[in-house]
This record gives sequence, structure tokens and C-alpha cells, in this order.
Amino acid sequence: MLQFESWKKILVLLVTVLGIVYAAPNAMPGDGSESGNFLPGQKINLGLDLQGGSHLLLRVDMDVVIQERLESMAETIRLEFRQQKLRFSDLDVVDGTVVVTLRNASDGDAAREVFQEFGPVVSITQDGPGYSIAFNEQGLIDLQSRTIEQSMEIIRRRIDPDGTKEPVIQRQGADRVLVQLPGVDDPEEIKRLLGRTAKLTFQLVDTSITAQEVRERGRAPSGSILLPADDDSGEFFVVEKRVMVSGELLDSAQASFDQNNRPAVTFALNAEGAKKFGRVTGANIGRPFAIILDGKVVSAPTIQSQIFGNGQITGNFSVAETNELSLILRAGALPAPLIVMEERSIGPGLGADSVAAGQIAAFVGLALVMVYMVLSYGLFGLLADVALLVNVVLILGALSAIQATLTLPGIAGIVLTMGMAVDANVLVFERIREELRRGRNVMAAIEGGYKRAISTIVDANLTTLFAALFLYIFGSGPIKGFAVTLSIGIATSLFTAVMVTRLLVILWLERRRPRELVL
Amino acid sequence: MRLKLVPSETSLDFMRLRLPALGFSGLLVAASILMFTLVGLNLGIDFRGGILIEARSTDGPADIGGMRSDLGTLGLGDISLQEFGSDTDILVRVQRQDGDEQAQIAAITAITDTLGSGYEVRRTEFVGPTVGAELAQKGIYAVGCALLAIMVYIWFRFEWQFSLAAILALAHDVLSTIGLFALTSFEFNLATVAAILTIAGYSINDTVVVFDRVRENLRRYKSYEQRDILNRSLNETLSRTVMTSVTTLLALLAIVLFGGAVLRDFALAMMWGVLIGTYSSVFVAVGALAFFDLKRHLDEEDDPGSPAEAG
Repeated sequence: MLQFESWKKILVLLVTVLGIVYAAPNAMPGDGSESGNFLPGQKINLGLDLQGGSHLLLRVDMDVVIQERLESMAETIRLEFRQQKLRFSDLDVVDGTVVVTLRNASDGDAAREVFQEFGPVVSITQDGPGYSIAFNEQGLIDLQSRTIEQSMEIIRRRIDPDGTKEPVIQRQGADRVLVQLPGVDDPEEIKRLLGRTAKLTFQLVDTSITAQEVRERGRAPSGSILLPADDDSGEFFVVEKRVMVSGELLDSAQASFDQNNRPAVTFALNAEGAKKFGRVTGANIGRPFAIILDGKVVSAPTIQSQIFGNGQITGNFSVAETNELSLILRAGALPAPLIVMEERSIGPGLGADSVAAGQIAAFVGLALVMVYMVLSYGLFGLLADVALLVNVVLILGALSAIQATLTLPGIAGIVLTMGMAVDANVLVFERIREELRRGRNVMAAIEGGYKRAISTIVDANLTTLFAALFLYIFGSGPIKGFAVTLSIGIATSLFTAVMVTRLLVILWLERRRPRELVL
Repeated sequence: MRLKLVPSETSLDFMRLRLPALGFSGLLVAASILMFTLVGLNLGIDFRGGILIEARSTDGPADIGGMRSDLGTLGLGDISLQEFGSDTDILVRVQRQDGDEQAQIAAITAITDTLGSGYEVRRTEFVGPTVGAELAQKGIYAVGCALLAIMVYIWFRFEWQFSLAAILALAHDVLSTIGLFALTSFEFNLATVAAILTIAGYSINDTVVVFDRVRENLRRYKSYEQRDILNRSLNETLSRTVMTSVTTLLALLAIVLFGGAVLRDFALAMMWGVLIGTYSSVFVAVGALAFFDLKRHLDEEDDPGSPAEAG
């Protein structure tokens, strides 16, 4: 027992050195990346609560997507039925289902063929002449997965257009996306960037009727729709439902100014968009068309001449708004609106303050515990203090090595570990005291102390580890960080108490060969 | 001269205090449950949903009265303002707004706009009602699963009587901590759940150390009265119990004094937990053990620490 084999000595030394090497970058100024190639250069990954940043849990509003899909299906059915001269009535979207009634029962087969075009994602039910078409379970799952993947891609392009900000964008559960963006000064900006789907369309204004007349009548002519203006003027426009060109066909968008020096967004269409746009504008010179963003009319200029690739969107914009709008348009439209379920944003000032406070608390806590140990156990207390320092270095090294995220509660976890880490040593030392009181000689007492304390130490630490484990499983964000540091702390304190302190005690015994021990 | 808070050898009669202590603990738990049901917890936005904004006045102490009247005009319902750590820092709590998530976001914008340039917004948190309910559920699962796992482990390592006694002590700690939060109206949030789990971890740590000694002494002193064995075990471990409690309290004290306002409540809850956990290991866990007729011939199991013995 008191022969500490050389391989164990080497192991202790090796682990300690590794700990120092991995922990070292944290003591250096700068981001640590400039250290030599042979040394690990990574610092501890600070959580959002320490470096500042935003955490957003977003829900992708699937209802909107499903409704859109169903409406587009209804539109396809309308066109196909007209083309094939199938007579129908009551075509509508009701409660997540497209319903339609055939006038002639004999058209059933032809109608079914039209429905089959939607693929295996829909289920069709028939009730006499009435048909209803809805997404089946698999169809909904597919649609959801696709929508969320697209949303994540668009989110990334919007908040990190240059790919330099290292955001975390993760799918969570069925319909949620977690966005974590470190180091942002203005969390409102992210919400503005993600707050609109940015569906851009160009649609002709329906000049056969005025908005006033539509409102009096209560409904727009079929094929047209009443839309509000984007500003707060309360103005309305009647526009054709048919989309001339939509935002997917944009090639680029830039913030600029119009001829009156007002902020504007200049855009260019890609080849396909330019062709389409040119065709429609060429045929409708003199008519107004509406530029529609997220269901609101931004402006409705009159087509002066055939327009191909380029255009300008003017409206009631500030320069900041045109910058954001052009960024959003470049990134593309979100397939569905995003709803913020949870938001936690920490300013960089608060993060820095928390780090400073945590460091002071850690140093003071460490000092208090170390002094108390020396006062209580003398030399052995000092040896335990050395082990405690090794312990702290190992925790920092482990956090850097596995790139775990250190959060504010995580700092509390480290400080708490310092208090609890000496427990294993206390258990051993108290045992040695007991053995000495029983009249054992120094060697036997120390050997007995370690031998008897070890099972208690393991039991006690394993049970604490359970608590940490469930904190990790069920916790979120900072709490997870706390669980990680607590678990690492338990592992390293076991190691330092059982190996490091013991090695030091044995080295002392070998050098001094004491006949007496006052503990 | 060594600093010793506890004399080397004590022979305190803990078991004599067992019944009064169990009575006290029973009352404590009953009062806690009563406080919890009658007064309830001051749930933070983590569980209740709502908005929290931390703002720092950029020139001098914050004008709480002015802020209150400014924010009052927004019609956001119940707004609470509180100094946070220093007189320039203010915590603004706003109740959950009627309507969907968009309404909450609009409220945040309205508040930050109203605060204006005289205040630096240092932190905004918003938790929607759905997420709040989920977080509460996860918190309950975490505490429940941890208690269960600990119970099973103790059962496995000791005997069922130990497991039952340990879980009684743990439930005692958790319930009385919840009672304390109900009594003091301290905010109960995610960090509190973490604190409770850590308290459970600390308390079980303490209990296991005492139980280990009880098991050992049961084997060693076969002719002794069980009551004497329990007393002896508590006395033998008392010095360690106090020592570890003090070092942990010292570390926590450092967080309370220097760790900043965010961690203060967490560390205070932990300090309470260390005290209650130490008390419950001695009086509740071992006190409950005394009701059982414990087996004297516990199997000599394989020690998980055997590698060290081989050394």
C-alpha cells in the first residue's frame, strides 16, 4: 500500500503536466490561438452568460406553411379542373383540408387523377360527390422536416452572412430551432432579422375595381385579393393573386438610394426571373404593379417600360432598414414565420462583470479553504492544498480539452467543488487520526487510514455524481454547464485525493521516516 | 496547535435527541408543505413565463420612481422594479402579457425604448408560457430521477433500511428547502432547481459517510447495542462532518460575498442546504435507521476501492 509503484508516480505526473498544458492557454492574453503548434491553444469555451450573446428558442409556425400548401393545392385543382372541363363547386380550404364537390359523379376518375398528382403525402376521402384532400401523417412529417431544414439554412444566412460568427443553430424537438449567437451587442437586431419571413412578390394591381369598392362589397373579385400598405397610411390595394415574379428569383439585393436620395433597395433578378419579369411587364405597360413583402404592399409603381433584370424598391425606409431588408432578401425567404418561445440575451458588459466576479469568488474561496486546511491539519493540510491546486488546474485543463462550455453557474460549481474536493482528504486524515489514537505507528496509521477511507470516498462521490448526471440530462443552458463542471470536479477530486495527496504523503514519509505524527 | 472545531474524541448521545429531532423535522416538513400549498413559491420567469430585463443607469444611481411611472404608462400590467447588486442596476420584471409570443416581444421592445439612452440594457430574458411549463416539468423529473437513482444505489450498496432512511433524509432536505423558498419569497427558478439537486448530492454524500461507518461498526462490534453503535458511528464521523461542512461553507461564502448578484441567491440556497443536509444526515437519516433492527452480518462485499488496496 505504501509502496507507490513507479507507474503510478508517472501517471500522476503525466496527468498533472497534461492538465497544466491544457489549462495554460487560459492564463495567456489573447485568444490563445497564437501558441505553438505542439501545444493545445484552446481556451475554455465561455457560455453566452459569460461572454454575452443571445439564446433564442424559435418555433416554426407550421400552421402557416400547411395552410399555404393547401391553398396552392386548391389553386392547382381549380386550374386543372377548368382545363379538363370538370364542373365543380365549393372549392375551399377548411380546417386543414381541401374540399371540393363535383357536379357530375362521372368525373370522379378524372378528378382522382388530378388529386394523385400531389403524391403519396396526401390522403383523399370521398363522401358522395364531395372530396376532401389532406396531408397524411407521413406527409406532415416530411413537410415539417423540410420546412425546418430550410428555416435553419435561411436563419444561418441571415444572422451569419459572412460565416464568421459561429452561431449554434440546432433543431429541437418537432418544430423548434435553437439559435445561439455569441457576442452580439444588440439582441433586438437578431429578432428583427428573423422577425419577418421576407416573402417578396411582384403582382399586378387589379385596376378593374378600387379598394374602396372591395371594402364596401366585403370581398374581392375571384383571383384578386385586398392587401394593406406596408406603411401606416391605412391605404389598401387590390392585387391579382397571380404572382409575376417572386423573391426566389432574386440574384442580389443591395441597400442604395433612389433619385430623390431616399433610402431604397436595389435588386437584380436572375436569368429566369428577368425573362419572366420582362414578359409580364412588356405586356402590361401603363398598368401599376405591386411590390409585396410579407403580405403588405411596399409600393405600387406604374410600369413605364418593359423591365428585365433590375429594379428598385422604394418605400418609407430608413438606411438601417434598407440594409437589413437587403440582407434578408439576399438570404432568402423563410418558409414559415418564426415565433420566439424563449429568449435570453446577455450584454457583453454583464458577461465581463460576471467573469470578473466569478474569478474573485474563486480565488477567495480557494484561499479560505487552503488556510483552513493548513490550520486544521498542518503539513498534511498543506499537502492537501497542493492537491487542491492540482485539482483546479485539472478542472480548467479538462474544460479546455473537451471544449465544454463554462457558464456562470459552472463557476459556482468549481468553487463548490473546491469546498467539497478536500472532503476526500478530510476523510483520510480523520481516519489516520483515529488509527493514531488507537496506538498504531505512523506507517500503519497512514496505511490504515487510506485503506478504510477509500470505499467511503467512492460511495460518497458516486452518489453526488448521480445528482450531477440528472442535472445534465434535464437541465438546459447554464444549468448543463453547472452539471458538467460539477461532474468533472468530482472526477478530478477523486483523482487528486486518492493519487496526488497520497503520492505526496508517501514522498514525505520516504524522506523523513518520521517516528511520530501529530495530525 | 491545530484548529479543531470538534474535540478529538467525543461521546455525545445523539440518539437521546433522536425523537425530539425527528419531531422537529416532522414539523419542519409539515410547515414547509403548508407554506408551499398556502403561500406558494415566487416562481421566476423560467417556470411562469414572463419578461425580465436588467438595466444599468449610465449616470449615477437609477431613478426607480421615475422608471416606475414611465413604465407604468405602457399598460403592461404588473411591473416590479428591484435594485440588483448596486444602486445603478435595476431588475425589471414584467408579468406575462396577454396574447401570443409576439405580444411579449413587443413588450420588451416597448420597455427598452421607454428606458431610453440613460440606461444600458445588460440582460433581457423572455420565457414563453409553453417553454415555462416544460422547464418546470423537466425540473421535477430531474429531482425525482436523481432521488430515485440515489435510493437504488444505496439499496444496492447497503440494505433497504439504509436506502429508506437516506431517502427520508433527502426528501426532508428538498421539502424544507422548498418551504424556505415559500417562506422567504426568494425567486424560485432554474438555478434553484440546480441548487436543490446539489443540496441533495451534498446531503447524500454526508449520509453515505455516516452509513459507511455504521455498517463497519455493525460488523466490528457485534455485541454492542445497536443504539450505541449508531451513537459511536456519529461521534467517530463528527469531526469529518463538521470539517467538510465548514470548508464547503467557506467556499460558498466567497460566492455570496464576491460572486455577483446573479449567483448570490444560488449560493445562499446552497449554504442553507449544507446546514440542513448536515443536520439531516445525523438526525433524520441515522435517527430513522434506529427504528430498524439492522442485520449484523452484512455480507463482505467487494470494495469498489479495491485497486487502492492492491497497491
